[in-house]
Amino acid sequence: MRRDLLNSALAVLVLTVVLGLAYPLATTGVARLLFPGSSGGSLVERGGRTVGSRLIAQSFAGLPRYFQSRPSATGYAADATSFDNLGPNSAALRRALAANMRTYLRREGSYDRALTRSAVPVDAVTFSGSGVDPQISVANARIQAHRVAAARGLPLRAVLDLIVHHTEGRGLGLFGEPGVNVLALNLALDEGGRR
Amino acid sequence: MTAQGWLQIAVYLAVLTALTPLLGSYMARVYTDRRTFLSPLVAPLERLAYRALRVDPRVEQDWKDYARTAVVFSALFWLALYAILRSQGIQPFNPQGLGSGSWDLSFNTASSFVTNTNWQFYGGEATLSYFSQMAGLTVQNFVSAAVGMAVLAAVIRGFAGRGTAQLGNFWRDLIRTLLYILLPLSFLVALFLVSQGVIQTLAGYLTYTTLAGAKQTLALGPVASQVAIKQLGTNGGGFFNVNSAMPFENPSGLSGFVEALSILLIPAGLTATFGRMVGNRRQGWALYAAMAAMLVAAIGVSYGAEQHGTPAERAAGIETAAAAGTSGGNMQDKEQRFGIASSAEWATATTAASNGSVDSGHDAYTGAAGAVLMLNMLSGEVIFGGVGSGLYGMLLFVLVAVFIAGLMVGRTPEYLGKKIEAREVKLTLIGVLYPALAVLVLAAVAVATAAGKASIFNAGPQGFSETLYAYASQGNNNGSAFAGYAGTTFAELAGGLAMIGARFVPMLAALAVAGSLATKRVAPLGAGTFRTDTPTFVFLLVFVAAIVAALTFFPALLLGPISQAFTDRLF
Repeated sequence: MRRDLLNSALAVLVLTVVLGLAYPLATTGVARLLFPGSSGGSLVERGGRTVGSRLIAQSFAGLPRYFQSRPSATGYAADATSFDNLGPNSAALRRALAANMRTYLRREGSYDRALTRSAVPVDAVTFSGSGVDPQISVANARIQAHRVAAARGLPLRAVLDLIVHHTEGRGLGLFGEPGVNVLALNLALDEGGRR
Repeated sequence: MTAQGWLQIAVYLAVLTALTPLLGSYMARVYTDRRTFLSPLVAPLERLAYRALRVDPRVEQDWKDYARTAVVFSALFWLALYAILRSQGIQPFNPQGLGSGSWDLSFNTASSFVTNTNWQFYGGEATLSYFSQMAGLTVQNFVSAAVGMAVLAAVIRGFAGRGTAQLGNFWRDLIRTLLYILLPLSFLVALFLVSQGVIQTLAGYLTYTTLAGAKQTLALGPVASQVAIKQLGTNGGGFFNVNSAMPFENPSGLSGFVEALSILLIPAGLTATFGRMVGNRRQGWALYAAMAAMLVAAIGVSYGAEQHGTPAERAAGIETAAAAGTSGGNMQDKEQRFGIASSAEWATATTAASNGSVDSGHDAYTGAAGAVLMLNMLSGEVIFGGVGSGLYGMLLFVLVAVFIAGLMVGRTPEYLGKKIEAREVKLTLIGVLYPALAVLVLAAVAVATAAGKASIFNAGPQGFSETLYAYASQGNNNGSAFAGYAGTTFAELAGGLAMIGARFVPMLAALAVAGSLATKRVAPLGAGTFRTDTPTFVFLLVFVAAIVAALTFFPALLLGPISQAFTDRLF
């Protein structure tokens, strides 16, 4: 017993240094060397100023010239993430989702005349898991393209092409789902499509 | 459900199956002290570690010695972690100046990480400093996994029957697990994850002005190094509150695949390790087949249910069918890059293994999928289960199965040629039934008292489901949550005690069984021997595990997730 206590106390010290400091710090060093961009947060700059991370959604609410991110239950907080956590039979969730649906139809309906409620993709009106989901579905982006094209005076075709260009496919063409990176797409619009 | 969705699930299972014998035979070499391709590099470090810890790795331990060392070791690490959490405010690597933890939350968190559960009543990025995450939690991620695997190695030696009461040396198994298996694998996975976009930095949180002119603050940190071992060691405790739903923890479809594969990689490989160490690989494959069969059935139900969508979504007028450019399904609390198929696959794998990391919010899952996730945990975390603990838990179910088979044919039950007698059966039943008892009692107390009900977030049956899930998860060392369930002093204490019991009661029972089997004579295979490496036995084993879980928990599941699965009513 005493022997176990001594060995274990030494193990606490030694393993904390090896696994808790040496391992993460060595990983940090090698990661910075090999992947300087992604290890630091995949930051995106414009005009020498950081304006976001390619991996973190931001709010574009109220700005029709931009593609809109998925609804966030946390106000796009990237330092206090949380699930929405309302259950599958939650009346409060039904109300929140119905409100998201109304907002979406009101925002896009006057630009995409053919838009019906059943054509609204589910990702556009549900809260994302992280609250900072950087992507929207391709179907969602193609609907929003009508509004963005009108707001920027661009041909719809050009905006749809830009969506194709900023669609991130499945991993190895197989894993997960394709999605459109909203921040990258909006930055590209600002660069090429500014009137 | 889509063909593409099924294809990615099939490829996932195929890759897992292909890696099982490769990793399994490597780990068998590690636990039988043979040379591996890493030996030239690692053997000197291994000797150095023994010297630093002042242990003699050649001393053989019987089951009691082994158990005592494992418990003392875990207890000291519990104290160390509790001390780190309580004194966070005065430690380095704390750019956000986060304060120290309260006693009740720290009790829960220390119990959680030492027992390989990683239940979290806190939000990582808003609560813990980089020092606590690295020196506290990352260390525990490694160590608790290594303890489980070391104990499994000892249990296997008892089952394998070397004709001696000695089961090996705890320190040798622990150090070899860390140096030959967990550290190299974690380093590789961590670097791969960084290449995909997982962050790994000590810089403080970053604030900038967005395109729309608002301020946004990015939580940063040494994430990849912790996520790698959290996935590989069936730990599951996220760096961020939303765990692997956070893009900085799991940024792409490919990282999602690698992280989901890492959940099951070692628990699956250990079945092959078992087969090799007992000298009959078919015995390992039989266990793998039983686990895989239950996993596939569970994925099928959860994927189907999630693709169907929820009553709340349908009542809000949302179309949940898959169509061009959209996955359809229940995307509430899910991420676009994962969609339905890979989220359902992850949720099933993480509850089947006692991992508990999530890439989507389980509280928002459909009733049917929620029932599957709970059953995965309530079956005692033996469908792959925790690293080490899953397989020694499954071995207890194996003994129950051969016992029942023995009763049916009227012969003394045998496993691997060893007679299973009253002592082993008693110990086995303690190990199998204790977690079930603890879960039911704690969940009942929690829904019957005001202190327990204070944690509930959702109205209606979902509130009961949250409670049952919380104690199923902590009471089987899983760690995932219906995350609306909030931490109170009552919940933190009850959960902490549940985790400690769930870790050590089955562990000691398995070690005691192994100690008892170790000295038994191996009877030669005869015409009347009930074979345990055949499809018949696999079927019997699945049947026993399913029946035990169903008989014990069906009434409780009816009150929560199952009743929700059968109604469109909103609450």
